[in-house]
Amino acid sequence: MNQRSAFKSLTIGTLVFWLIVFELFPIAMIVLVSFSTANSSTLYTYHFSLDAYRQLFNPIYIHVLLRSVKTASITTVFCLLIGYPFAYILSRSKLRWKNLLFLFVIIPFWTSSLIRTYAMIAILKSKGIINSVLLHWGVIDHPLQVLFSNTAVIIGLVYNLLPFMIIPLYSNLEKLDYKLIEAAQDLGSNTWRTFFKIIIPMTKAGIIAGCILVFLPAMTIFYIPEILGGAKSLLMGNLIQDQFLFALNWPLGAASCVVLIVILLLTLGIFWRASRSNHRGALL
Amino acid sequence: MAGIIEIHRLSKRFDQQLILDDISLTVNDGEFLTLLGPSGCGKTTLLRLISGFESCDSGQIFIRDKNVTQLTPQQRDVHTVFQSYALFPHMTVFENVAFGLRCSKVSTTEIKARVENILAMVQLSDFSNRKPHQLSGGQQQRVAIARAVVNEPLVLLLDESLSSLDQQLRQSMQIELKRLQRQLGITFIFVTHDQEEALAMSDRIVIMQDGHIIQVGTPREVYEEPANLTAARFIGQLNIFTSRINEVTENQIHYSIEHIERRCKNVKQLKKADPINVLVRPEDLRVWGEHELDPTDHMLPGTIDEVIYKGSTVDLIVRLKSGRLIYATEFFDEDDENLFYNKGESVWVNWLENWEVILIDESA
Repeated sequence: MNQRSAFKSLTIGTLVFWLIVFELFPIAMIVLVSFSTANSSTLYTYHFSLDAYRQLFNPIYIHVLLRSVKTASITTVFCLLIGYPFAYILSRSKLRWKNLLFLFVIIPFWTSSLIRTYAMIAILKSKGIINSVLLHWGVIDHPLQVLFSNTAVIIGLVYNLLPFMIIPLYSNLEKLDYKLIEAAQDLGSNTWRTFFKIIIPMTKAGIIAGCILVFLPAMTIFYIPEILGGAKSLLMGNLIQDQFLFALNWPLGAASCVVLIVILLLTLGIFWRASRSNHRGALL
Repeated sequence: MAGIIEIHRLSKRFDQQLILDDISLTVNDGEFLTLLGPSGCGKTTLLRLISGFESCDSGQIFIRDKNVTQLTPQQRDVHTVFQSYALFPHMTVFENVAFGLRCSKVSTTEIKARVENILAMVQLSDFSNRKPHQLSGGQQQRVAIARAVVNEPLVLLLDESLSSLDQQLRQSMQIELKRLQRQLGITFIFVTHDQEEALAMSDRIVIMQDGHIIQVGTPREVYEEPANLTAARFIGQLNIFTSRINEVTENQIHYSIEHIERRCKNVKQLKKADPINVLVRPEDLRVWGEHELDPTDHMLPGTIDEVIYKGSTVDLIVRLKSGRLIYATEFFDEDDENLFYNKGESVWVNWLENWEVILIDESA
């Protein structure tokens, strides 16, 4: 065996080892736990049962699941609506402006998302910045109750996840050949037709990648609903966290995880089918 | 107005740099016009001004008597074939060609008929369901042309459209473009930096340099009667001698090159002592072996410096007495089947009287 192939085996081996020990093994554990019986002293016992899944059929949990899907969907749509124009401007602006705009996308990553979410309380609370400004301008007569509501959760999610939408969109729009837009105009195409028939289809891969990168975390980030949402804003991520840390019902927590994984895989599958084979590179 | 396109005193600057300087040009209906010039001469900018992708600083453009200077590309009845083709990669050949018709809300049945008709014309009927990336360069080129001409524009603009093809494909596309142009009767404005292409395809050639039009004429005119040294240099290879008129008699001028006296017709009313450039094309030069002929009046003596065999021709580089090198192209024909020269051989160089072009030397 020469040195080169030894190096190859080593790197691939390390990666496979990592995936097995830290990815596959924990997931297998979760699946296993989800089929075991709850036990308050030892957390769970290896006794096959479907109890945890039966419990999940409780309308309360189904409600939480549906609300999670709804919240994540709304978040994704808002991120797309805000992110697309931003990414378009970013890709078309001159280099100096481009660097500045990029800085705005990157700066949030310099501090912890948790801290920034706490900071949003200061902005959203009834005596916060938004309410003060709106009251001052006379747009509203009394403070809006935004904080501790679903609206606050969605604002927090959109704010935290927007860069994950912008970056894949930007990389697609950047590669878009401007000559194609000129060709469409030359053939008599108006702005709307050019946008929907040329620009959108050409950046479909970026749209799909951005939607996945926003939708999947939006389903599971538990601290944003916890900080910004009220008691009624419980989402899947919070449910799982509660079962593991507070209710100590590990099988139920694990079963929720499994259901979530299945839902996410299905979502990925739908996106995968929606994208054409030549666009799939952007998803991986 | 006479022309299908009238360009009137057009000027364009980019960042203080003058790209087009007071250009006026008439394009005749149905002609194949070529804008020829080195890169940076303004030919592509002129094309983009006609298509509406750039706006001019001053001047006007009329397309069939309508002032289009302020109109957007969508509103102009001209279409462009881009250098990179700019085919829509996510659409089939059929959809690419149909795009312009869909924009102008043509009925579905008519779209189908017209697209199929034009695809047949460019011999791509069997490819209508392919995607652009499944086509060869030449086929993509034909789709780009079909996509533009299916809308029946008044003028088709072609921006260096053949320059990305290889030599052989390029020649067959040149023939095909000419055929299409005749068949459709549409005016073509073709931009190129390739002088051979310009000569082969055009009805008229516009030679541009540094934002100016130097000369407009048929291929034959610009080749045989270049307006100035730049135009002459740009089209074909050239030997240029500087001289001064020794004498003017009746309608002839006398000048000397390398101390050999020659004469030719005084076409341009030149006067005695005028500084001139004498232009002789390599193919107009005749090179004779030392013992091939007896009287050698008015011939330039020299020695063969290099022989380049090119199949149908032999290119010679001849060193004249003064040491300067000139280029001569000799053709194989019945008169001279044995074109055989040795390096270092002494020769006589000659050309037929009046075959040279005399230009007044503005730099002197």
